[in-house]
Amino acid sequence: MRLYEYEGKKIFSNYGIPVPEGEVASSPDEAVEKSIRIGFPVVLKAQVLVGGRGKAGGIKLARTPDESREYAEKIFREGVKGVSVRKILVEKAVNIIQEYYLSLTIDRSNRKYVYLASSEGGVDIEEIAAKKPEAIIRVYIDPLAGLSDYHLRYLTEGLGLSGEHAKQLQTISKALYKIMIDYDADLVEINPLALTDKGIVALDSKITIDDNALYRHKDLEESLSKDPREFTEEEVIAKKHGFSFVSLDGDIGIIGNGAGLTMATLDLVAHFGGNPANFLDIGGGARADRVKAALTLLLKDPRIKVVFLNVYGGITRCDEVARGIIEALNESNIKKPLVVRLVGTNEEEGRRMLESAGIRYFTDDDEAAKYAVELAKQLGG
Amino acid sequence: MAIIATRRSVVLVQGITGREGRYHTEAMLKYGTKIVAGVTPGRGGETVLGVPVFNSVSEAVKRFPEINTSIIFVPAPYAADAMYEAIDAGIKNIVVITEGIPVHDEIKVISYARSKGVIVVGPNCPGVISPGEKVKIGILPERSFKPGNIGVVSRSGTLTYEISEALLKAGFGHSTVLGIGGDPITGLDFIDVVKMFFEDPETKGIVIIGEIGGDAEERLANYIRREGLKKPIVAFIAGKTAPPGKRMGHAGAIITMGMGSAESKIRALESVGIPVAVTPMQVASLAQKVFK
Repeated sequence: MRLYEYEGKKIFSNYGIPVPEGEVASSPDEAVEKSIRIGFPVVLKAQVLVGGRGKAGGIKLARTPDESREYAEKIFREGVKGVSVRKILVEKAVNIIQEYYLSLTIDRSNRKYVYLASSEGGVDIEEIAAKKPEAIIRVYIDPLAGLSDYHLRYLTEGLGLSGEHAKQLQTISKALYKIMIDYDADLVEINPLALTDKGIVALDSKITIDDNALYRHKDLEESLSKDPREFTEEEVIAKKHGFSFVSLDGDIGIIGNGAGLTMATLDLVAHFGGNPANFLDIGGGARADRVKAALTLLLKDPRIKVVFLNVYGGITRCDEVARGIIEALNESNIKKPLVVRLVGTNEEEGRRMLESAGIRYFTDDDEAAKYAVELAKQLGG
Repeated sequence: MAIIATRRSVVLVQGITGREGRYHTEAMLKYGTKIVAGVTPGRGGETVLGVPVFNSVSEAVKRFPEINTSIIFVPAPYAADAMYEAIDAGIKNIVVITEGIPVHDEIKVISYARSKGVIVVGPNCPGVISPGEKVKIGILPERSFKPGNIGVVSRSGTLTYEISEALLKAGFGHSTVLGIGGDPITGLDFIDVVKMFFEDPETKGIVIIGEIGGDAEERLANYIRREGLKKPIVAFIAGKTAPPGKRMGHAGAIITMGMGSAESKIRALESVGIPVAVTPMQVASLAQKVFK
């Protein structure tokens, strides 16, 4: 789960990380009112979770109430990169002397926490990594030992900071670690972290919370249920039914069991020249009701021309899958061509059920994928 | 000999009284796995399919000091605690089936296990099966595996069964098949398992089933570049069509911060002489070419 910038900054502020004076507005009127209260110049920042929001017109500097109104109206009206904007963060503009990058994340392979820091902030870390990898400082923290003062010294030395600024950066870095642990975050990022005429200030915030740990953070879980954020409607429905779903932009709906097999199924469809519309993994041991819910979801999606169901029954039983397919088709009034590939546990029973329902099935996944792609082409042109 | 799951494995089931625990205990016993005890706090004194249940791991190992392996079916919020309990009771191999354990719990408990020399398979994995030893410590379906000399190591479940069965049809069998798990943090990585397969006399060829996210495949390639390809390896990588920034079912299957794409993994593996199949079925035909 990703937090909005203003939510992250509220947490920063609570943990002693300086942020510009700011307030959240939900309408142009409110944006103007808050701009006046904070004092010009102000920065208006669209609260959306898409990257590159500045270049897309989601961040504007306003010097007068009229400018605040004009920009706020435009942002609320037009959204950012196709995403509608519900809130704008109005912030006091600051004088930037230098921009740094600072984040704390998890290094999977080393099984450690790692600070990433750079004095080339303001651009994406990917961009720094590609153009100037030596400009990134990495400081690793053993999860058993936890944070020690030397980690903080390595950071400030690496960034070439001394005196008061070094002290400030150490305080901020320490707070990041505390936030990471307290909130079960897998990323806490400040980019840019700005050196201003009034000291070091966090100008942006990016915090992502480990979805598996949301049960420990009821307030966040609740806020996610009210505002699904980056998750599409289908992804929310999928979560409710216990399968994972990712929207893609093709026209062949995909259902598989197991994340690896489902990914491989998307790849197979693409390999034969088709375009997958989604990733849908019904998981291990799915019963008929879950299969039915999954298929119903794809039948309803108007972008999808053909549904390709690829199941290898290990823990999952083929007869349960067949039952789910038949129930979904019987209860749906939307007809779409369905390509089924079904092998594994109880496959004879599953195939017998499909046969008597007049549903064609395959045993070879290459052949099935080819056929699905062919059907989509015939229907789509 | 096989690896991790061998005829010397004496197994404890943590979470034996739950639906999953009970179901898979039955399947493992039927396969031939030596399960001597189970644990569910508060359910000591019961039996499940003739297996005695204890309140704690320490009680179970006191009664059965020969226990050397534990398999965990405990729900995610309590799984890390179950792992600490097994490690502190001196159990040296732990297989964690549980999916959805918070990553901060995983990073700590796995670091702890590694510091004590304990092998953790998983979390979020199908476990281990060694058909020639008649031992299964996991949830893998019997039908996909037969005795033989191919070692399979994978980050997924179902895809592993699928490819393993394709290998059967191509005339191969398996020494050990092991899923390291689909989470960002896993107890074993590809290097750990490939090393074990290199040392296992029964394993003649190795199949790697990787996927997007992290850099376990790239690291394996670096290891092979340093140490040499001591046994032939073929690979498959899932997720070539996955968009960046989206988790594809597994918590660990995500391309993030410009890292973890399928192309990068395929390039790395091919650069050290490991052919990568384009489709899952092609793994079997590659195996026929490479494992002669």
